[in-house]
Amino acid sequence: MNAINRLAAAISLTCLLPLSAIAAENGTVEVTHWWTSGGEAAAVKTLREQVEKDGFTWKDNAVAGGGGAAAMTVLKTRAVAGNPPGAAQIKGPDIQEWGSLGLLTNLDDVAKANNWDALLPQKVAQIMQYDGHYVAVPVNIHRVNWLWINPQVFDKAGAKVPTTLDELFVAADKLKAAGFIPLAHGGQPWQDSTVFEDLVLSILGPLGYHKAFVELDESTLTGAKMVEVFKTLQRLGTYMDANRAGRDWNIAAAEVINGKAGMQIMGDWAKSEWTAAGKVAGKDYQCVAFPGTQGSFAYNIDSLAMFKLKNDNDIKAQNDLAKVALEPQFQTVFNQNKGSLPVRQDMDMSQFDACTQKSKVDFEDAEKGDGLQPSMAHNMATTLAVQGAIFDVVTNFFNDPKADPATAVKQLNSAIKSAK
Amino acid sequence: MSTVATLNKASPLDALQRWLPKLVLAPSMLIVLVGFYGYILWTFVLSFTNSSFMPSYKWVGFAQYARLMDNDRWWVASKNLLLFGGMFIAISLVVGVLLAVLLDQRIRREGFIRTIYLYPMALSMIVTGTAWKWLLNPGLGLDKMLRDWGWEGFRLDWLVDPDRVVYCLVIAAVWQASGFVMALFLAGLRSVDQSIIRAAQVDGASLPSIYLRIVLPSLRPVFFSALMILAHIAIKSFDLVAAMTAGGPGYASDLPAMFMYSFTFSRGQMGLGSASAILMLGAILSILVPYLYSELRNKRHD
Repeated sequence: MNAINRLAAAISLTCLLPLSAIAAENGTVEVTHWWTSGGEAAAVKTLREQVEKDGFTWKDNAVAGGGGAAAMTVLKTRAVAGNPPGAAQIKGPDIQEWGSLGLLTNLDDVAKANNWDALLPQKVAQIMQYDGHYVAVPVNIHRVNWLWINPQVFDKAGAKVPTTLDELFVAADKLKAAGFIPLAHGGQPWQDSTVFEDLVLSILGPLGYHKAFVELDESTLTGAKMVEVFKTLQRLGTYMDANRAGRDWNIAAAEVINGKAGMQIMGDWAKSEWTAAGKVAGKDYQCVAFPGTQGSFAYNIDSLAMFKLKNDNDIKAQNDLAKVALEPQFQTVFNQNKGSLPVRQDMDMSQFDACTQKSKVDFEDAEKGDGLQPSMAHNMATTLAVQGAIFDVVTNFFNDPKADPATAVKQLNSAIKSAK
Repeated sequence: MSTVATLNKASPLDALQRWLPKLVLAPSMLIVLVGFYGYILWTFVLSFTNSSFMPSYKWVGFAQYARLMDNDRWWVASKNLLLFGGMFIAISLVVGVLLAVLLDQRIRREGFIRTIYLYPMALSMIVTGTAWKWLLNPGLGLDKMLRDWGWEGFRLDWLVDPDRVVYCLVIAAVWQASGFVMALFLAGLRSVDQSIIRAAQVDGASLPSIYLRIVLPSLRPVFFSALMILAHIAIKSFDLVAAMTAGGPGYASDLPAMFMYSFTFSRGQMGLGSASAILMLGAILSILVPYLYSELRNKRHD
């Protein structure tokens, strides 16, 4: 009896084996991301449809919340458990950290077959590589140093579009006198640091910016110009709504769109709010480089890093995703929705609005010189620990009207030192 | 012969009966041991390593604790906890006792009123935080309402003032918890022997002195339970801050739990985050151990 039972169990188990093999024939790629807002979700859908059209299964693992912090927690847990997803939204220096843990796969074959070296700007290609091999695929380039302007408000106040910091203050004074909020802003640490970063780029120039945030050079961080940055930041704060603490950036953007405020300092994702409100770039709103940062381009690049997988079919699906992410159709839809610049260099820019076209020209200009710099506030320039230390000092300084710029500079330096 | 047979028959069942409680408790015991004490131990170990983005086991001794002591934000968070915790516990207790004493006066519609005061406890802290964020926001809440009504000079901007934002947290937390304290004390007051109160009244004691001298001192155990519950709400309060201020303006309303989360999970400084978690555990133990000690000692005397 016992022998028969065992035999029956063995037979039924062997019957299952070919079944599981069949089930796995169609490869699956699981994607962890936090593109969950309206436009972003629509953009991800085009990526998904293309992967599915190529005959693979897309397993969506969208984790909303905390600007990606929630998704990162999920990702870490799964990586520790030895079960990472096929692809995950990881960017900037984090790609290097994941690479150094030996968890990322090698995409060189896909890159070669699709000629990534020629398609991608050199700087972007470098960020996508770990140890000389492609481990991630970029999807877009955001420009951070933008100033968004409502021209109707400017006309009413008789203000002129600023190109230098002095002109910015002149315009802000006029807006204030006319009863508008000059600068719309949300008091969250990353927004405060976005303004701070633009000021560093404006006052120290791209090379000084690089020294401060990429090299973390002590003499630059404690120099007289950095004190001036903090002074200017404090002055800018007086032109912002006093009740801004904790406000989200899109609510601040709405103030400019509705004509309550005149300007907003924000990256090009702010454009998605203008587009959603049915406004046209160049006519209903203007985008100019943050005063004093013309010729510079602070970039924030979103990318999908690919993890090492065991199943051959899943690897095929993963490679397909990497290929599709750079194809013109996805690049167009995704970047139209996100407000960003396509990462492919050979795109037809006529399908994009005036702001993105200007972004493209500025990117190419900046690429020739030193103007192309990684955004500190958006985790492209330095580690999360150093970035967090800068955030703490900047946001604390910015929210205390009595704070002393010289002290803040010292705090900044010591905070960065202890976080390194 | 027959007695032996019954013994033999009963013994497996007996054994089962003896083992059943242990068997049933074993899984939850295991979960508590691993999921609770095991991870406390792991956090403790991590706090002595240079774990950054992922756990690592490179020993660095007390370096993470030293960095924590140098971190301005940690001190702001700790001071906020002292201020918030102290005020929250004290005000909730006073308000709760006062409400309980007033409700104890055999008033009409007591059940209805009691429910009103107790209901905030049914809300989650996230809801409380969001609602109070709107109420206290100078641009949309009470401040705007009173000014729209004509009180032009009125200014209630505590929520955006780095020096006063902690008091906003206290207001919201007290609003939520004082009804619960009231319920605890009301139950206690109802269990006080009425004849004691009558005897005091016969002796000519006034109502306030009856409560202050006789009734409330007899509620010492209730007071301690309320204190313990409030203290642990204060130390673990994360959701209230997350919903109401997200630690801002700047990091002026940060609490240790927020600090721990942000360093461990968002900023990739797991070692530092673990060190702060261990210090928080120490703070709780420093309240809990003397309390447990006094409780257990009292039991022995009884």
